[in-house]
Amino acid sequence: MRDVAIIGAGLCKFGERWNSGLKELMAEAGIMALEDAHISSHDVEMLYGGTMASGRFSGQEHVAALMADQLGFKNIPAVRIENACASGGSALRQGYISVASGIHDIVVVGGVEKMTDVTSSEATTALGGAGDQEWELFQGITFPGLYALMARRHMHDYGTTEEMLAAVAVKNHENATKNRFAQFRKSITIDEVLRSKKVADPLKLLDCSPISDGAAAVVLAPLDIAKKYNDTPIKVMASTQATDTLRLAERDSLTEVKATRIAAQKAYEHAKVSAKDIDVVEVHDCFTIAEIMAMEDLGFYPKGKAGKAVLEGETALNSKISVNTSGGLKGCGHPVGATGVKQAVEVVWQLRGDAKERQVDGAEVGMTHNVGGSGSTAVVHIYKRAD
Amino acid sequence: MAGIVGYGAYVPIYRIKVEDIAKVWSEDAESIKKGLNIREKSVPGRDEDAATIAVEAARRAIQHADLEGTDMGAVYVGSESHPYAVKPTATVVAQAIEAGSRLMAADLEFACKAGTAGIQMVMGLVDSKMIKYGMAIGSDTSQGRPGDALEYTASAGGAAFILGGEKKDMIANITHTVSYTSDTPDFWRREGASFPSHGGRFTGEPGYFRHITGATKLLFEQTGFKPSDFDYAVFHQPNGKFPINVAAQLGFEMRQIEPGLMTPIIGNTYSGASMIGLASTLDVARPGQRIMVTSFGSGAGSDSFAIEVTENIDAKRDRIEPVREMVSKHKTYVDYSVYLKNRGSITKT
Amino acid sequence: MERASASLWRKIRSRYNLVGNECQNCNTPYFPQRVVCRKCGRNSKMVEKQFSGNGEIYSFTTVRVPPDTFKDEAPYFIGVIRLEEGPMVEGHVIDNGIAPKIGTKVRMQFRKMYVDGQEGLIYYSFKFEPL
Repeated sequence: MRDVAIIGAGLCKFGERWNSGLKELMAEAGIMALEDAHISSHDVEMLYGGTMASGRFSGQEHVAALMADQLGFKNIPAVRIENACASGGSALRQGYISVASGIHDIVVVGGVEKMTDVTSSEATTALGGAGDQEWELFQGITFPGLYALMARRHMHDYGTTEEMLAAVAVKNHENATKNRFAQFRKSITIDEVLRSKKVADPLKLLDCSPISDGAAAVVLAPLDIAKKYNDTPIKVMASTQATDTLRLAERDSLTEVKATRIAAQKAYEHAKVSAKDIDVVEVHDCFTIAEIMAMEDLGFYPKGKAGKAVLEGETALNSKISVNTSGGLKGCGHPVGATGVKQAVEVVWQLRGDAKERQVDGAEVGMTHNVGGSGSTAVVHIYKRAD
Repeated sequence: MAGIVGYGAYVPIYRIKVEDIAKVWSEDAESIKKGLNIREKSVPGRDEDAATIAVEAARRAIQHADLEGTDMGAVYVGSESHPYAVKPTATVVAQAIEAGSRLMAADLEFACKAGTAGIQMVMGLVDSKMIKYGMAIGSDTSQGRPGDALEYTASAGGAAFILGGEKKDMIANITHTVSYTSDTPDFWRREGASFPSHGGRFTGEPGYFRHITGATKLLFEQTGFKPSDFDYAVFHQPNGKFPINVAAQLGFEMRQIEPGLMTPIIGNTYSGASMIGLASTLDVARPGQRIMVTSFGSGAGSDSFAIEVTENIDAKRDRIEPVREMVSKHKTYVDYSVYLKNRGSITKT
Repeated sequence: MERASASLWRKIRSRYNLVGNECQNCNTPYFPQRVVCRKCGRNSKMVEKQFSGNGEIYSFTTVRVPPDTFKDEAPYFIGVIRLEEGPMVEGHVIDNGIAPKIGTKVRMQFRKMYVDGQEGLIYYSFKFEPL
């Protein structure tokens, strides 16, 4: 197996992109990544495209071929990866494997979702497809509903409070104000979160990540030739993934995403680091409770302790550990297929020292954590500067 | 003859008070309550219909009879609010009680007496030994046009009776049954219409009273029974007043009809009405006692039954919650707007 | 008509009556049914099992922003129910005036789940009633 590095990263502005369809979003992020890697379209050997529900959102399947086509990657193999909200992270892992294996040198991993061309109830239904269609969606359970069930139990078992949940959204919005790609560049207060409209008790509107349009892309290359393309390649130290039951109620615990815990354990083993070595982490905060559980399942806090830590500011920018400096899914936006790749882009910028006003001081080791469904898939990556 | 092996009743938990309906139409609640002898009526949940009510009643009956769904040789569901115009309620019930596929099933409609018509049909099958056990259900989520007099009474509920032919099973023996039938346009609903229409005061004398007394007198004539031979009597109860009046006309006393008079507290459950009344009466009846039941269905007809309670009744007594206990214990009041929403009269666009 | 009727029809037994299954190899009960036992994999030996319908609320929420199929039902309670035989299942909790809480005992009831427009099918299923 070869060591793999990220040599280029690109993003488009997330949000309600009324003027842009799938093609425009993909092209914007893709070209930025190619320029960053100083390569031409013809240098790319393989493409992995992550998208969750382009068929439902845009009536468009066959998205990897479309991506290759639109970016001028003539006749190369391209494969779409669908793993619900973990499609982007899963695509990144496939790209990593194909470079590490020696089959391809230059691989582009893209992620995209164009969600605002359908009504919000249609989007809700489409996202519901990440759960068990027959036994969750049929019963009228929504995605906020599933995370609300986890939140309620977490609050019951560990004394986590609605203020602690709200603190996640407040922190991530604060970070998003410093990110020009973010959907929401607006600070909010705990009180505003608590007073926002209830969606699925105890979760309120401002506990939920938004419906977004967006795309992200990274370029991968073998580490040993990475410097030919980029002065500060970022080494992928670990790329791990785990699954759990599709149906939430069937899991061993409602207050832990076991797939996250397993993927993280393996990632720490592969990268030969531990949670305390991580300087910057992008976690999957589709709902505020998800970030609290992620902080615990990734090993940053013991079970039941993350909520208090967030409330006390331990996870804010340049505090004990900087979490979701991009603004996370909550502040930056959550175009589902793009999210996992966007997380990698943010960590690349942080480790290069390019994150400007939201730069984490002395960031050396970074992590991304991407979840599909209510925790049926978790993908974890660990990165380190390689210059 | 065939007898009752088990029974079960179900009434939705929601209630609306006469006062809350009267307020909307600026009517005098006190005079309505007195005039119709009704205090409140049951309201189905948004997720309830004649099929779900029939299933809940059927499950209780199976439990009461201590039988399995597969023991049923027939399932007949009488209702005037079958959820489908075409697609039987009876198959839903049979599936939900795990009756298997080897059974007869059909939906019946005869206004408020479709359920008792089902009892007679099952009796025929049992007595002819075509089946061992069969189930007859009366279940309705009845409709009353907003503002109409029926709105104060039209409610939801149902009861299921399992009949069998072996003495050792029976909690009550049906010793005789007759019907009295004529073409009388007192109340009707055309295909596709949301609400029934009725002939106003015409529904009383030529409808309800003529048929109930006709069937009951025919039963007396054929059996030699007289009102005092019965410990209890149950009449169809479209409101709380008609059954009291018809009982008096026929020579029954108030104490005979009281245990089965449910309409004042649950409203008129249509196909369920006389059957829930019978279930409630069986809850208190003792071995050896006699019950007379006369149902009524508009259009019009009445079925009359002479029933004799057996000693088996006490052994099964505690297997299900008594009807009056269910009705008084499980209830929650709704106001008129929630009532409209539950009925599907107001929806989000 | 949103879906082919067969896609819902094939689950009728489970939905009407909580018919799950059990692995005879390791005695693990499942609701809803699994084709393959999670513990035994290819060695699993599945047989049907009727669940009692009794259980208790393990967690719950109030869904206020529903999918289109439930737009007229919202808000409604959803619970994770621990069935007395062990498995946990998501389901509607009927609003009967008893506020659901973690630990509230519930019992299965037969209800309409949703109605496919004015002319489509009516889908029935279990729901849970707080006791």
